[in-house]
Amino acid sequence: MTTESTVIKAPGEAAAERSGDSGRTDERDKRRSEGMALNVFSHGFLAVWAILIVLPLIWLALGAFKTDAQIGGSALSWPSNWHFDAFGRAWSKGIGDYFANTLIVMVFSVPLTMLFGSMAAYVLARYPFTGNRIIYYFFVSGAMFPVFLALVPLFFMVKRLDMLNSYQGLILVYVAYSMPFTVFFMHSFFRTLPTAVHEAAVIDGASHTRIFFQVMLPMAKPGLISVGIFNVLGQWNQYILPAVLMQPQSSSDPERYMLTQGLVQLQYQMGYETDLPVLFAGVTIAMIPMLVVYLSFQRQIQAGLTSATLK
Amino acid sequence: MSHVAKSRGRGGFIAGFLFVPLALYLTFVIWPYVQTFGYSFTNWSGQSPTFDFVGLENYQALMEDEVFLSAIWHNLLLLVFVPVITILLALFFAFMVNAGGRGGAGGVQGVRGSGFYKIVYFFPQVLSLTILAVLFGAVYRSDEGGLLNGVLIKLGLVDPQKPIEWLNEPKFVLWCLLLVVVWHGVGFYLVLFSAAMQSVPKDIYEAALLDGAGRGQTFFKVTLPLLWDSVQTSAVYLGIVAMDMFVLVSTMTSGQFGGGPDHHSEVMATVLMRNFLYLGQSGYACAMGVVMLVLTMILSIITLRATRRDRIEY
Repeated sequence: MTTESTVIKAPGEAAAERSGDSGRTDERDKRRSEGMALNVFSHGFLAVWAILIVLPLIWLALGAFKTDAQIGGSALSWPSNWHFDAFGRAWSKGIGDYFANTLIVMVFSVPLTMLFGSMAAYVLARYPFTGNRIIYYFFVSGAMFPVFLALVPLFFMVKRLDMLNSYQGLILVYVAYSMPFTVFFMHSFFRTLPTAVHEAAVIDGASHTRIFFQVMLPMAKPGLISVGIFNVLGQWNQYILPAVLMQPQSSSDPERYMLTQGLVQLQYQMGYETDLPVLFAGVTIAMIPMLVVYLSFQRQIQAGLTSATLK
Repeated sequence: MSHVAKSRGRGGFIAGFLFVPLALYLTFVIWPYVQTFGYSFTNWSGQSPTFDFVGLENYQALMEDEVFLSAIWHNLLLLVFVPVITILLALFFAFMVNAGGRGGAGGVQGVRGSGFYKIVYFFPQVLSLTILAVLFGAVYRSDEGGLLNGVLIKLGLVDPQKPIEWLNEPKFVLWCLLLVVVWHGVGFYLVLFSAAMQSVPKDIYEAALLDGAGRGQTFFKVTLPLLWDSVQTSAVYLGIVAMDMFVLVSTMTSGQFGGGPDHHSEVMATVLMRNFLYLGQSGYACAMGVVMLVLTMILSIITLRATRRDRIEY
């Protein structure tokens, strides 16, 4: 992944050293000093941007330990007390519940997305039949349209099914909206799998369904992981769909906000109650799992999202 | 595959595997998309079950709706600046990370710690936009407590008595939002371009350096043309981001679903949501959805055409 360790000597360099050609050596020295200057120059810029990324995040997390007056007074103050009570208050203000809501939805939506997406992609990739191409393009074309186009009718569709502000409603909608990308990606993956294994399984008398679950799906694991990461991040960060679909329909309805909605809610609430440390603590709590997941899987996440975009 | 695929129980299997995914997808994605076109020709409020067909009235009203027209203008501004700034910065950093190292003669190498930079830069990409909205809401605070004002006051660039109200200043608000998008995106595109750069064979660089090309020349004559495919893809993706902007505008700026001050940060998505969820004009909101679709399509086609180059094989 990194190229820092690979220094490849130019063929000309060795030749120049042997012959002692002074003109070439000068040229080489010049280039080396240019390389040095550039090295300092690039490190400078790179470090500045790294600070611009990290500093606001640390500043925000520090805010959770400050008092409200301190936050409003000066941005560059150091927290005067290192109490964790803002975190406790943020949790009891609902961050805990929003967290749980998001987890409940995703425990179902991500596996179902992967299952249904793979099933459709598999059939479309490996079984020629009339209408195959049409159905494939049908699935894939959904990725081209802005979600805003569908919002109004979607709201009334979910309402008619009596699933507004319900977990199952949001789960089904997440699965449906993750379909274009999942089918697209898994389709190209299933196409690359060898036919021979499939044929061997058929000769052994395995049914189509069995071949899919016991042979093809395990073989497609690398693809499943890439798409899985993409879907986890996408659904965890989704805001517009829950903002439209997960609103209490009456005063007796429970709040089933997702974490993203909950943060916005907390922002409004803490603006009125002027308790900004709670807001900062809430955001920090929301950020920590992403940081942990990211640092543990950063290679896969970077590779997965990159290849997903370039496909 | 063919004789396998023709084996027993094939039809039932295909239908069985496609039924649930297709049903879900048709119900929640395709059918709503189609319905939007229909509703856009009605005066449906969303509350009442009855509505009338009004033909192109919604679209005519849109052409005279100054809030919506300014929203389109803002989307177009973002559409130019978001991709250009993000891609330029990402290319610059990607080149630094991959070829900015102590090169010596001939060898092209990355800076020390390139892996570290990639990890740090990429992180904002996994944060949700609402986290960004709260974070930058605090950074742009209109008193000394905001990080930006705090730093500028410390540097003596801003009068402590009159800190700048970044998000309430009509001149600044859109650019403040743009900075958030750039901050969020640069790392991702850096990694994307790095991956593309690393797939370019080393000897192409070697050859260019041997021929006496400087770093700048190498970049413009060798690296950039070879990366063109990824740059093009990025432009389309960033264009889609610039057409949306809903989360940031609606949560960071003033007004019902954002857009303030005085509609200076309005984008199409916020006007649409306000008309749908707040003003109860569902038919009208649907017409906006259709306009967004048409504009997105046109812009994708323009981007793909404008950036078309001969594909370079290596």
